[in-house]
Amino acid sequence: MTPTDRKYTKEHEWLLISGNEVKMGITDHAQSELGDIVFVELPAVGDSFAAGDSFAVVESIKAVSNIYTPLAGAVVSVNDALEDKPELLNEAPYENFIAVFEVGQVDESELLDAAAYEAFIS
Amino acid sequence: MENCKRTPLYQTHIKLGGKMVDFGGWALPVQYSSILDEHRAVRENAGLFDVSHMGEILVSGKDAFAFLQLVLTNDLTGLMDNRCRYSFICYENGGTVDDVIVYRKNEESYLIVVNASNTDKDFEWLKSHADGFDAKIENQSADFAQLALQGPRAQEILAPLCEGELPEKSYSFVEELAVAGISCLVSRTGYTGEDGFELYCAANDGAALHAAILEAGKAFGLLPCGLGARDTLRFEAAMPLYGHELTADITPREAGLGFAIKVDNKDFIGRQALIDPPKRKRIGLKIVGRGIAREGYAVLFDGKPVGVVTSGSPSPTLGGNYAMALVDACVANEERFAIDVRGRALEAERVKTPFYKRI
Repeated sequence: MTPTDRKYTKEHEWLLISGNEVKMGITDHAQSELGDIVFVELPAVGDSFAAGDSFAVVESIKAVSNIYTPLAGAVVSVNDALEDKPELLNEAPYENFIAVFEVGQVDESELLDAAAYEAFIS
Repeated sequence: MENCKRTPLYQTHIKLGGKMVDFGGWALPVQYSSILDEHRAVRENAGLFDVSHMGEILVSGKDAFAFLQLVLTNDLTGLMDNRCRYSFICYENGGTVDDVIVYRKNEESYLIVVNASNTDKDFEWLKSHADGFDAKIENQSADFAQLALQGPRAQEILAPLCEGELPEKSYSFVEELAVAGISCLVSRTGYTGEDGFELYCAANDGAALHAAILEAGKAFGLLPCGLGARDTLRFEAAMPLYGHELTADITPREAGLGFAIKVDNKDFIGRQALIDPPKRKRIGLKIVGRGIAREGYAVLFDGKPVGVVTSGSPSPTLGGNYAMALVDACVANEERFAIDVRGRALEAERVKTPFYKRI
């Protein structure tokens, strides 16, 4: 089930938008494609990214995958738990964010809702 | 994927939910359930792999032995019937054409098992050096399905299916052994660092053989395993993989595999180049910092690039991350290195290979 409370990208990230704060993680489809996730490289709090930048790296046994932010912003917090338990992204991808961004302006025009994302991956 | 070649087990993989990938032009499962689960099954119980993509080249005739002595780096002298020997085929400059296993059926007949993606190249290479020899070289790859049953419980699983004795010694084999009623060549070989068997049968019998072994193994924790676990298993055992630790530009001596190069015993293609001391050496590294060294990443010593990672992965059995790297010989005995991971220097220490060895 794809949660309907958030938005999605075609690169398989999810965004939970609350005002200027945006939580970002990877979708169930992404974790399933990657397989066993064994390492997450987190950004540092305070790092700034432009739209389209890679802000984190998720590694499975076989693959190295960049995670992109579709919105420009600065990191205000990261999910430290992923450093010791990267497999949380496999077990509960929608409950485990990677980072929270503060963004200037939220342009949702390029983002997909749950139904559109499901159609995209099917 | 539509253009990929399919092994005789393709429908089996689909039925078992294999995640199919393009592996050197072959559609094969990278995993069925999880690489970690499949890896653990092989270390603790057993795993069943489809390795039908591997190539089989039969060399036969009065001069088969003499011909193989010319093209192989290892010495087949003293190799008895029904025994296998690991060897390299090298270019004149010592670069590696392929690493192979030679099965001696009899004095005039040898089955050469080669890497899938090298099959055509090897076949052409062998044919092009056979002038003047009474040796017939046949590419029989399409005739065979090949399965690998690996793990400490492999024998328990397989023995009850056999009408006859399994090969007892490592690197020995038996022919025409009926396994679940299917005629197989069975060798005590593998690519996982565990005890186990490789079974060759007629391509058409492959799916039935796979099903019978999988059924027999249910009570023993046997899992069907994909290429992902095959790679992490061979990696922990520090076995070379062609295209990574061995290439046309990497000699088997550089890769630290001198045990299968016999420059003192005979002349062979590449011998002169393999006498010279290697300029680079393969080393094992354990990653000390947080991160994973991947193939192609630069290895640094004292901040300067001295080599490259040839394979890098988490070790599911040992925990932690490891790498094999090819580095300049002059630093190969140093203890502390760093890996350039996306611009960050990740600390690593040299450790003995294999990383994992079964007790």
